[in-house]
Parts: sequence; C-alpha cells; structure tokens
Amino acid sequence: MEIGLSHYLSVAAILFTIGIFGIFLNRKNVIIILMSVELLMLAVNINLVAFSSFLGDLVGQVFALLVLTVAAAEAAIGLAILVVFYRNRGSIAVEDVNMMKG
Amino acid sequence: MVLQAVFFYLFAAIAVASAFMVIAARNPVHSVLFLILAFFNAAGLFILIGAEFLAMLLVVVYVGAVMVLFLFVVMMLDVDFVELRQGFLQYLPVGALVGIVLLVELLLGLGAWVISPDLAGTLPAPAPAAADVSNIRALGELIYTRYILFFQMAGLVLLVAMIGSIVLTLRHKPGVKRQNIATQVGRTREAAVEVRKVETGKGI
Repeated sequence: MEIGLSHYLSVAAILFTIGIFGIFLNRKNVIIILMSVELLMLAVNINLVAFSSFLGDLVGQVFALLVLTVAAAEAAIGLAILVVFYRNRGSIAVEDVNMMKG
Repeated sequence: MVLQAVFFYLFAAIAVASAFMVIAARNPVHSVLFLILAFFNAAGLFILIGAEFLAMLLVVVYVGAVMVLFLFVVMMLDVDFVELRQGFLQYLPVGALVGIVLLVELLLGLGAWVISPDLAGTLPAPAPAAADVSNIRALGELIYTRYILFFQMAGLVLLVAMIGSIVLTLRHKPGVKRQNIATQVGRTREAAVEVRKVETGKGI
C-alpha cells in the first residue's frame, strides 16, 4: 500500500488533536501544558515537512527549521518563567496564577 | 515499498501512542520520557519522508537540549503532582468534545482536500532538490543563500531567548559574600595594616 501525503497529514492531525486534548485535560499542570504545546509544534512540523517532500519544494523544510527554533526559544522562556513563578509562589498550579488580577 | 509502509505505520503508531501517554501519564517525568519517545518516532517519520537533516535536528536539538531542559525543570521543582491531578476528570468531557470535533474536522478536511492542477505553474519559484544532492546540502544551499535573513533571524530569536531566560532566573541573594574585585584592588596599605606601638609587658 502506497504511503501518500494524506497518511502523514493524518498522523499530524491526530498528534495536533492530542495536543489540544492535553491542554484541556491537564488544566492545572503548567508543565504538561508546555509539553502539549510542544506536541502541537511537532504536528505542525510534520505537516510542513510532508508538504515540502510531496510538493518537491525545499522551502517547507526551511520553514520547519524556523518553527523548531521558535519552539526551542519558547520552551526555554516558558520554563524560565515557570521557575521564577515557582520561586515566588511555591506552586505551579494554573489557578494560582492570579497576581495580575486578570 | 512494503517495508516503507511497515515502518511508517510503526513510527506513526508509536508516536501517537506515546503522545497520548504524554498527556495521560500520572508522573510528569514519565510524560517527558514519553515526549522524547514521540520525538524520536517523529524523527523516524522525517527520515522516511526524506528530510534527514530535520530528523537529526529533532533528535539532537530537541531530545538533546529542550527535552533535557524539561526533565531538569520537572525534577528541580519540588511539586506535589498528585494534588495537581485533582479535577483531572472534571475537564475530560469538554476536552474530549473539543478534541473529537477538531479531529473530525481535520480528517474531513484531509478527505476532501486536493491540490488544484493549475496550482503547479503558479507556485512562486519552487525550490526543488537536485536529484544527486543530499538533503543536507540542498537545504544548506537554500538556507545560506536565499533565506540567509531568516537564518540570522532564527539566531536572533535564540539569542533573545537565551538572554531572556538568564535575566528571568538570575537573582542576587542578600547576605551572600561575593568577590568584589574593585574594592579588592582598591585596598591600600594604610587601610589594611595598622601599626601599633606596644609597650613591653603591658599588652594592647
């Protein structure tokens, strides 16, 4: 059976859905939410690379490279904010994040 | 071809299963480890599709740096994760609803999706890889020429992230003795040494 573009897109769609589902499921745990965001970015990257490969256009892979960079920067900043927040409040529960009364 | 299909289904199944375990595992350390497994299998998918450089990047940069950072933070924070699991099932119905709606929409979109045949001519100068050039070389020839600005912007993004995380987490505790080189060098003989004349047999 030939593996086509739609197979890869389906895998990416399932991973994306799992990422969204994880954000809803772990409403209290910021670390799991950050990991779910990483899953979303992974799904987007699979989409970009699949289109790049099947359309014969390498620019998609360049773009996936940039997405990877931004994801790494986001993880670093997010974890730094998490560490600072834990130092100040002694907890990482999302419902404790109300210092700005938003 | 058969082998390719077998490996595709193997990688895809393990990636999806471990992605599900990421959000379902009780222990966040297990979540991080399952996320690493998911990234490894996504790298396998990338290799199957012919994007070797991105696959290696995923393994080296993501698993090697970002996931280790995650593991580090999870283990460093002394959090009662059982307490965070409270109300886990409370959000399950709405999460499942949103997830199922999203998945159905995405798969329906994929089912009805087709590339317009007259799109091929209108693509703004696609950059195909030459047949006899490896993926890394083709990507490099693209990144370092036409997309050099984006490449350097990516470097700037990483620089900002690095400086930002240092600024966020750096703190000076009061009461910690530190070396102050300026005062150390600025000490004079008069400030440091006091000469007393002590009379014999009397003490200071």
